[in-house]
Amino acid sequence: MMLKITIDNQTIEVEEGTTILQAARKIGGSVVPPAMCWYSKLEGSGGKCRTCLVKVSEGSAKDPRPLPKLVASCRTPVVDGMVVQNKTSPEVLEARKAIVEFLLINHPLDCPVCDQAGECDLQDLSYDNGKVSCRYQESRREFEVIDIGNLIKLHMNRCILCYRCVYVADQIAGKRVHGILYRGDVSEISTYIKNSIDHNFSGNVIDVCPVGALTDKTFRFKNRVWFLKPMTAHRDCPTCSGKVIAWMRGSEIYRITGRKDEFGEVEEFICNECRFEKKNINDWIVEGPTTLKRHSVISQNHYKEIKTPSIINPLKEKMEKQTNDE
Amino acid sequence: MGRKILLENSDIPNIKSFDVFRAHGGYVSVEKALKTMAPDEIIEEVKKSGLRGRGGAGFPTGLKWTFLDRKSNKPRYLVCNGDESEPGTFKDRYLMEKLPHLLIEGMICSSFALGVNTAYIYIRGEFKYLLGILNQAINEAYKNGFLGKNILGTNFSLDMYVHPGAGAYICGEETALLESLEGNRGNPRIKPPFPAVVGLYDCPTVVNNVETLANVGYIVNFGGDAYASIGLGKSTGTKLISACGNINNPGVYEIELGMSVEDFIYKEEFCGGIKDKLELKAVVPGGSSVPIVPKELILFTASGEKRLMTYESLAEGGFESGTMLGSGGFIVYDQNACIVRNTWNFSRFYHHESCGQCSPCREGTGWMEKILWRIEHGHGNMKDIDLLISIADKIEGNTICPLGDAAAWPVASAIRHFREDFIFHVQYPEIVKNIKHGALYKYDNQD
Amino acid sequence: MSGQKINHILHQKQNIPICFSEAILQKVHKIIAHYPEGKQKSALLPILHIAQEELGGYLNVDVMDYIADLLKIQPIEVYEVATFYSQYYLDKVGKYVIEVCRTGPCAICGGEDIQEYLEGKLHIKDGETTADGLFTLKTVECLGACGFAPVMQINTEFYEHLTPAKIDIILEDLRLNATNDKHSDKTWAEKYS
Ligand SMILES: Cc1cc2nc3c(=O)[nH]c(=O)nc-3n(C[C@H](O)[C@H](O)[C@H](O)COP(=O)(O)O)c2cc1C
Ligand code: SF4
Ligand code: SF4
Ligand code: FES
Ligand code: FES
Repeated sequence: MMLKITIDNQTIEVEEGTTILQAARKIGGSVVPPAMCWYSKLEGSGGKCRTCLVKVSEGSAKDPRPLPKLVASCRTPVVDGMVVQNKTSPEVLEARKAIVEFLLINHPLDCPVCDQAGECDLQDLSYDNGKVSCRYQESRREFEVIDIGNLIKLHMNRCILCYRCVYVADQIAGKRVHGILYRGDVSEISTYIKNSIDHNFSGNVIDVCPVGALTDKTFRFKNRVWFLKPMTAHRDCPTCSGKVIAWMRGSEIYRITGRKDEFGEVEEFICNECRFEKKNINDWIVEGPTTLKRHSVISQNHYKEIKTPSIINPLKEKMEKQTNDE
Repeated sequence: MGRKILLENSDIPNIKSFDVFRAHGGYVSVEKALKTMAPDEIIEEVKKSGLRGRGGAGFPTGLKWTFLDRKSNKPRYLVCNGDESEPGTFKDRYLMEKLPHLLIEGMICSSFALGVNTAYIYIRGEFKYLLGILNQAINEAYKNGFLGKNILGTNFSLDMYVHPGAGAYICGEETALLESLEGNRGNPRIKPPFPAVVGLYDCPTVVNNVETLANVGYIVNFGGDAYASIGLGKSTGTKLISACGNINNPGVYEIELGMSVEDFIYKEEFCGGIKDKLELKAVVPGGSSVPIVPKELILFTASGEKRLMTYESLAEGGFESGTMLGSGGFIVYDQNACIVRNTWNFSRFYHHESCGQCSPCREGTGWMEKILWRIEHGHGNMKDIDLLISIADKIEGNTICPLGDAAAWPVASAIRHFREDFIFHVQYPEIVKNIKHGALYKYDNQD
Repeated sequence: MSGQKINHILHQKQNIPICFSEAILQKVHKIIAHYPEGKQKSALLPILHIAQEELGGYLNVDVMDYIADLLKIQPIEVYEVATFYSQYYLDKVGKYVIEVCRTGPCAICGGEDIQEYLEGKLHIKDGETTADGLFTLKTVECLGACGFAPVMQINTEFYEHLTPAKIDIILEDLRLNATNDKHSDKTWAEKYS
């Protein structure tokens, strides 16, 4: 049986078991709530970040009463006759603003020195939904940066605890050696003991990470992403599909990532050999420039507007120091 | 007034043991249920009784039981929630310590009604001593044929085990409890699906509080109507209230729902009035999560009626002027208690106990605690007070589990009813800094 | 404002051989049998309690890896759980761990004074261990005994209605008993029979 759902006045029919978020993605455009933790390819993900909260103003055809609270659209199944408000509900916009504020209060705001800058979901999110003034006057959490092997670096300060990387390790990268430790606001992603995440597919934790917490050590600080040209490329790989984006400057490959769809999700997970080892142009058949499908600060040149001087200046020193340390 | 269902026999020497318990009418309900009743009849009686969950939410137990998925072929589980970590609440511990067999009896009847063959009692790790008591009682029940295969010669079988937690308030939340029972971190699950459909090991599961389950034996014995005749309106039966704070007789009391709050606080057989002949300042009547209310509003509702110990009466006035019966953790504050310090204290508690899964609770509880710490220690400013209300408002309703709400309500209610205390802290930081452990109004007395 | 440093260090495995005694192993297998086939991970919490008590008072990496092996789960699954629950100690603690309740109902009945008294008496602060390795002092949240405030637990035994005089006696008793072995009827393993 097909179920009917209306989101911000647009109606669509979906199959049973579809979530509100999936239905919204089918419609596309502004009715799609942002998702920082849910990932369609990772079972069990979602429900945690709360950025995708929406208002269910009519529960179902049978029982049109509204649901009492906002719900996480990524984990709430569609019921026939549901009416949902995303952008059209001031309550939702208000809540989302609050969530962005919560996600940012302990965030280091070190975008100028962060590898993810320019392709960070949190930057996009705060650009779209955040408020300007910061009401947080307390101390921020600071974790040590740790190495999890020689391919991946973990900046726990930037992590939003979306759990995606844990699901990747559980579901596609074999034996899991990292996880969520401790609890509450001191919980962290870590290996607990000195350990490296190395499995054929472990590099995908970098692609699923919505922020710059997990980054490619073979790329770090070599270049800012917005100076690079993303090129669609492929190779005949025995392990994975070999379909990637090669981030290039001139004929040099600086970095390899998976191909992402308009919602920022990789289309196919790629193997570590493709990601970390094949940095020579001769390894790849370059198809041509990629048009970034997704609404993002890179493609829209919003990056400069986000960086307010008050954020950059105190960090300048730190940035230079860190860059020199590398 | 004064009828007891649960604690009637609690003073009998050695009632902990099977033989004494049995000699005083124990396990009669199991015989009646297994031999003369159909499972659905028991559920019907529980529905009729109007029994509501005693773990805090007050959800009708009979109704909850009907949600259990009976169509799937998976095993079903009953889990008793003995996590009891809500500050102010210590009634389940008392019940399990004094009358372990009463709980087991109720659980056998409930399991039979629900078609459950394996039941777990989850106790918080700090109640290590209860593990021994419960295990001994369970062993006795096995020995006497009330647990195990073919109980009382019927074809109903039931195994029962105790499972200890290890120090995490959040494991009282029913889905976090199930995670913990599965050997995982106590992260609440995202609902739907609810445990009645996908619970322990993905099987249909009912989670009930210790006190809730302990009532089932009585309902089987005497019928739902008899139970419903006790209490007042929709608050049927009796309730264990654990009273603590600045009162003369802290302890666990079984009261018939419907008595007045004033009687409960001042009567000799209950709290016995405020300690050291001081004045009552405020009460948190249902465990730390429920709103704090000042003297005027705990004794009388905003419309001037006497406040009663029922779910409805305590909630009258909503968040503006009411509170909740919650888990029955009745915390009393005298005139010297500093509400700001207490609010900071509770806020630190929720900050410490947040599982950290969802962003509003993980970040918001810490933020509130830090602000409250500043105010309490003489570093606050006026803007902080409204900021706190705004943060509480942003957490409430936006989280995975109700811990977020539980963290927000004490802060919002304390500011609503005691704003002048917060303002005082901001205005007189030097005085505040010099008051030891928050005995704020001691300074008033010295004038 | 300055940052709040979170010091979660990466721990080290010592590679010391670790094994439960035969008697304890039997108990452990009995506990595992409380849960359905294939759900042996459920036994993790009770077994970590036993491990902590029997294998040195705290959970070091070696102990946790041993438990992971026993339950056929990944070591990280044990680390995740051990770091979540406050009753598991990740670092060495004293013979007696004194846990004082600091939550509201205790606090308004003098719980904070009790903590202060203990700190003064033992010359240590929250989280520290005395030089002789006898006592570790910790503040904890509500112990579910608020009507008997102020309250503390020592190695999970309750001590209620505390006063400084009472504490003096309790500590003296423990000091005298420190050379005796623990009362075996109070261990986790024992409570499982
Ligand atoms: C943060 C949190 C803590 C809770 N703690 C407890 C608890 O310690 N004991 C309890 O019985 N219920 C507790 N609950 C309520 C349970 O989630 C659940 O509603 C209850 O066990 C259901 O049983 P009942 O219907 O018999 O009350 C808690 C809920 C939340 C959100
Ligand atoms: S490291 Fe990245 S992917 Fe992993 S939980 Fe943190 S934000 Fe999510
Ligand atoms: S509300 Fe708090 S305790 Fe509940 S799931 Fe979210 S973070 Fe965890
Ligand atoms: S995407 Fe739905 S809660 Fe994170
Ligand atoms: S507050 Fe101390 S035991 Fe509850």
